[in-house]
Amino acid sequence: MDVTVIADSTADGLNPVTAQLVGAASSIGGTTTVLCPGGVGSSQASAISGVAKVISVEGDCFGTFEGGAWANALNSLATGELILAAASPRGRDIAASLAAIRKIPVIQDVTGLEAGMVVTRPIYSGKAIETSNVSTPCVITLRANAFDDAPEGGSADVGTVNQSADVGLAVKEALAKASERLDVTEADIIISGGRGMGDPSNFSHLNEVADIIGAAVGASRAAVDTWDEIPHSMQVGQTGKTVTPSLYIAVGISGAIQHLAGMKTSKYIVAINKDPDAPIFGVADYGIVATWEDALPVLKSELAKL
Amino acid sequence: MAIGVLLKQVPDTTAKIGVSEGRVDETAVSKWSMSPYDEYALESALRLKEAGGEDVVAITCGPTRAAKMLTDAAAVGVDSLLHVLVDDLSALDSTQVQSILAAALGRADCDVVFCGKQAADTNAGSTGPGVALLLGASCVSHVSEVSPDGGGYLALRASTGGDERVQVSAPCIFAFDKGDEELRRPNVRGIMMAKKKAIETISPSDLGVSLDNSRVTVVSHTPPPEKPPGQKFEGAESVATVVGKLRDEANVI
Ligand SMILES: Cc1cc2nc3c(=O)[nH]c(=O)nc-3n(C[C@H](O)[C@H](O)[C@H](O)COP(=O)(O)OP(=O)(O)OC[C@H]3O[C@@H](n4cnc5c(N)ncnc54)[C@H](O)[C@@H]3O)c2cc1C
Repeated sequence: MDVTVIADSTADGLNPVTAQLVGAASSIGGTTTVLCPGGVGSSQASAISGVAKVISVEGDCFGTFEGGAWANALNSLATGELILAAASPRGRDIAASLAAIRKIPVIQDVTGLEAGMVVTRPIYSGKAIETSNVSTPCVITLRANAFDDAPEGGSADVGTVNQSADVGLAVKEALAKASERLDVTEADIIISGGRGMGDPSNFSHLNEVADIIGAAVGASRAAVDTWDEIPHSMQVGQTGKTVTPSLYIAVGISGAIQHLAGMKTSKYIVAINKDPDAPIFGVADYGIVATWEDALPVLKSELAKL
Repeated sequence: MAIGVLLKQVPDTTAKIGVSEGRVDETAVSKWSMSPYDEYALESALRLKEAGGEDVVAITCGPTRAAKMLTDAAAVGVDSLLHVLVDDLSALDSTQVQSILAAALGRADCDVVFCGKQAADTNAGSTGPGVALLLGASCVSHVSEVSPDGGGYLALRASTGGDERVQVSAPCIFAFDKGDEELRRPNVRGIMMAKKKAIETISPSDLGVSLDNSRVTVVSHTPPPEKPPGQKFEGAESVATVVGKLRDEANVI
């Protein structure tokens, strides 16, 4: 089966999920063409093993993100029976737009994929799992870290195609990123703080731990709503970001159902909370009943020893 | 012209989701609510009206119970209500739902549309961009604020490099993230008025949308896999033990 993979990237290059899209395509026997919007990451993509061809899709329309415009520009090249994209904010937009242009179904945020197009995905924020049959052609987005990376070692040909599309919006002002830190959706390790941190300045302790292990720093909604210094971009949960890192460390977070909705599927969860009955311990692989004031200094020194 | 807001009724985020005979048991859902991101979309639509915009039309596609959510929307100030009655939304695929909503927006003469970036049940996020495509509109996603700007609009959206203020003109759709604005709550007068507000209830065929076969068939719903119970330790001294386990048992650091 011909599979079109839409590369997921930022200005800095491919996001790791792109190799997972290729890995998933290969696992169902697909012949994979990777489309790189704006030409970003095309040489990186050609080095992913299992890629048959890379098309660097260039054009002015890729200067500003608009899902519909990008989809229009990619459409004539997205000829696979299966079109795969990442379930990232941009990936979802492009996928939904491509499906609407082609009048084919789109299934978002898939965590399991089998040939014959059997897909599984969490619904109700992970409170249930849905398995469905989808007829091809279709567009499917995959959740980051739910599929194994295709290894490096490929050497696919890279072609370049120029496309154009009408962009209906213009960026008037780019506001500085709230922090230069790694975004929680891109991180393999996340340490998050809640209202139990007591004061936004105490997030500096979380930043210090994060710096040691290359983690992103997240927050609960109570922290975001209470303190202006903690931006919504850090919020994990039902009305924040959904994350699936290898390790999620929750500090001073009670574990409300809406917070769990965003992080429950993390591979390993560590909770630090002074209340032994906090619901977060119900999902933690390793629970530590202690105040963060006591626990974080030890955590810092233990991690620094590694 | 009108401002359209697309709303979906979903199980409240605090509700337990049970599975019986391979399907999520909707009859066991204790409370149905407006999907959280839709609440922010609604708030922003009402603010746009207050800033000199057109009337606000709330549109939903769903079963009979969803009418209550429309009445709730009227209680905070929505001007008219349109309900496209579909008993089992989960039997429709994305293309079908989007066709219905696009046709409903056309019927209500909406050229500016607000919706949530994703619904709290399917968690998909296809509606905004998909409907925009069908209407030939621009879709701005992950928006937290919209204000009028000359003949068009300025929207604050989250982007990969940080927040951006983008300019767009009608026809356009704003797919809302959590906004910064406080959500308004209905007052007694609003609730009384809303009870009297008529809901226009129509079927997909009234909109000229024929629902042929869905290309997505749900095979089963299952409860999420149970996690084995975790290990719990007392006191900050145990941090060293946990770090050791993260390294040796879990291999994540
Ligand atoms: C529609 C809706 C959507 C929502 N979306 C989200 C969402 O996206 N994300 C989200 O997080 N929440 C969300 N919420 C809010 C959620 O219900 C909780 O209110 C919130 O998660 C609580 O945050 P918290 O755990 O930081 O605060 P709290 O519940 O106040 O918990 C603080 C915890 O810190 C512990 N603590 C206190 N001091 C210390 C100390 N010194 N050391 C260690 N531990 C300490 C306490 O024991 C307690 O467990 C949503 C709610 C609704 C209704």
